[in-house]
Amino acid sequence: MTPLVIIAAYLALLLLLGVVSSRFSKGTAADYFLASRGIGSFLLVMSLFGTTMTAFALVGSTGESFKAGIGVYGLMASSSGIVHSACFFLVGIKLWSFGKQHGYITQIQFFRDRFESDGLGLVLFPILVGLIIPYLLIGVMGAGVTIEKVTEGALPSLFAAHGVGPAAVKAGAIPYWLGSAVICVIVLIYVFLGGVRGTAWANAMQTLIFMVLGVVTFVVISDKLGGVANATAMVQRENPEKLRRTVREGDPLTRYHQNLAVYQKRLADWEAKPAETRGAKPEAVSRPESLGYLHFLSYLFIPLSVGMFPHLFQHWLTARSAKTFRLAVILHPVLIMIVWVPCVLVGVWATSAIVDGRPVVPYGFTNPNAVLGLLVSKLATPMLSGLLTAGILAAIMSSLDSQFLCIGSIFANDIAAHYLGHDRVTDRQRVLLGRGFVVLIVLVTYLLALRRPGGVFTLGVWCFSGFASLFPLVFAAVYWRRVTKAGAYACVLSAAVTWLWLFAQSRYGANPSFLFLDMMPVATITMVSTVALVLVSLLTKPPQTGTIGKFFSRPESRQAHA
Amino acid sequence: MKKLVYGLIILLLILHQDFWWWDNSETLVFGFIPIGLAYQAGVSLAAAVLWALAVKYCWPSETDTIEEGSEAAGPASGGEGRA
Repeated sequence: MTPLVIIAAYLALLLLLGVVSSRFSKGTAADYFLASRGIGSFLLVMSLFGTTMTAFALVGSTGESFKAGIGVYGLMASSSGIVHSACFFLVGIKLWSFGKQHGYITQIQFFRDRFESDGLGLVLFPILVGLIIPYLLIGVMGAGVTIEKVTEGALPSLFAAHGVGPAAVKAGAIPYWLGSAVICVIVLIYVFLGGVRGTAWANAMQTLIFMVLGVVTFVVISDKLGGVANATAMVQRENPEKLRRTVREGDPLTRYHQNLAVYQKRLADWEAKPAETRGAKPEAVSRPESLGYLHFLSYLFIPLSVGMFPHLFQHWLTARSAKTFRLAVILHPVLIMIVWVPCVLVGVWATSAIVDGRPVVPYGFTNPNAVLGLLVSKLATPMLSGLLTAGILAAIMSSLDSQFLCIGSIFANDIAAHYLGHDRVTDRQRVLLGRGFVVLIVLVTYLLALRRPGGVFTLGVWCFSGFASLFPLVFAAVYWRRVTKAGAYACVLSAAVTWLWLFAQSRYGANPSFLFLDMMPVATITMVSTVALVLVSLLTKPPQTGTIGKFFSRPESRQAHA
Repeated sequence: MKKLVYGLIILLLILHQDFWWWDNSETLVFGFIPIGLAYQAGVSLAAAVLWALAVKYCWPSETDTIEEGSEAAGPASGGEGRA
């Protein structure tokens, strides 16, 4: 019951924050979508970090390191520290300055202007929205699963036990459908009340919460495992491959062998049952493998997605001045480190931790994303368990809110107001249109989430790959005068075709470890889109002098010109 | 200085590939952090230092002149200036 009370109190606090931030609203579309471009350094740091770190930062980092070892830090965290800050510094500040000077609210407005093309916006709109939906799905599903798991036993008179095998849920748990619906509604309410200002405030609070709770969890768990040195020593003894990126011939691979034994027993039991009572077939166990150099190198392309996330673009435009970006550029790698290092260590320790003669994570445990929750429920108090759940929900919601707002913004501004006529759509109507579209998208996402599609995390990596492969478009738009409208179309279309082809090769995400030429598919897609952009631009007529002057002359000379 | 800072950032991207610790699970920093992880945490700290240098020496100074109220009438595709 304690975790449920803490979660409820936390959600109530978020609603209160939405109400308070709504009091600062000026009632205009620019204020709702961009906080009147008045966000300061601290809020920008927190909202950029909170938005880029999804639930994956706490739950996924622990789960991935449990599965693959310490290599995930270099693969996903330190690379992001370098590349995200590069995107903020090299792309974000420039886009902020264009937004400030030319009054942009959305990414598509910028691309339409920069490439002198109305149609480009129409091509980009479904791609951007389509790539965000899997991202939303991860958050909505993650929230439902988390709440269901930690509230087991809380309200037994209301909710009965259900499910079989690993999917079994004990009596009293808030059902998945209800938990995910509540989170969607709470985020919608505070986004609707506070607009981007509300999301920035909520993100700041939520980011602080999940950072502090991550560190507290690390301290508590390491203490229960007999101290940090003992926890690592157990891994060195039983599963040393988790402390490096190779698997050696003589490694004991204790967890793998024990998992295999459990799997074989489960499979035999499953085969012995009549078909109608079997349930799902037990999940096969993979043998640990070494991480390839090219795989590691090519993962560097994934964080480039930050340069093309429409919700990040919107956060950049909220900055009060260019100088506001300074703190975010510098602190972002350190904030990632503060969250990821403890989580990666906890995930690695979980592979080998033995308490009272029994493994803390039972052998045969097949859901890496549930490892953190399991460790906390076994090793910490119900109070910490509730707080950590609030931290996980904070990480989920701090991404969902920005995405909800951004989807509404691009629909209201780039489709509705753009085609109905900007002079015919009032600020209030624009905000209402944005809200209506968000509700529609959230409803679609929620209905998809109810089907619990498998491999949703793999789909997430594919959607990041899609955004990353469009990075050459934004980079060229900002730095290359010679890039043309035809080059932009070639970039977008070649990225889409290559993405679809490789996605089909991976059996539509069914193969989660799919590599192409030993590299992450994103590397090939991005290289293809870059080549297409450069070649077609060079072969087509350069943009008009007026357009080049608008984006490449110094601001003061532009103002003098005007 | 600007070229040096960008050069150092490219060097950091190369150093991030740390194949020299790829196969090491024996060396522990502070007695509990595997060297491969400690090294990558060091990469994160180095990234923060290098981006601080970039902010100091590679800052796009032309953006500092953009002040409140410097918005144009609004983009052709609509925007706050046209709302």
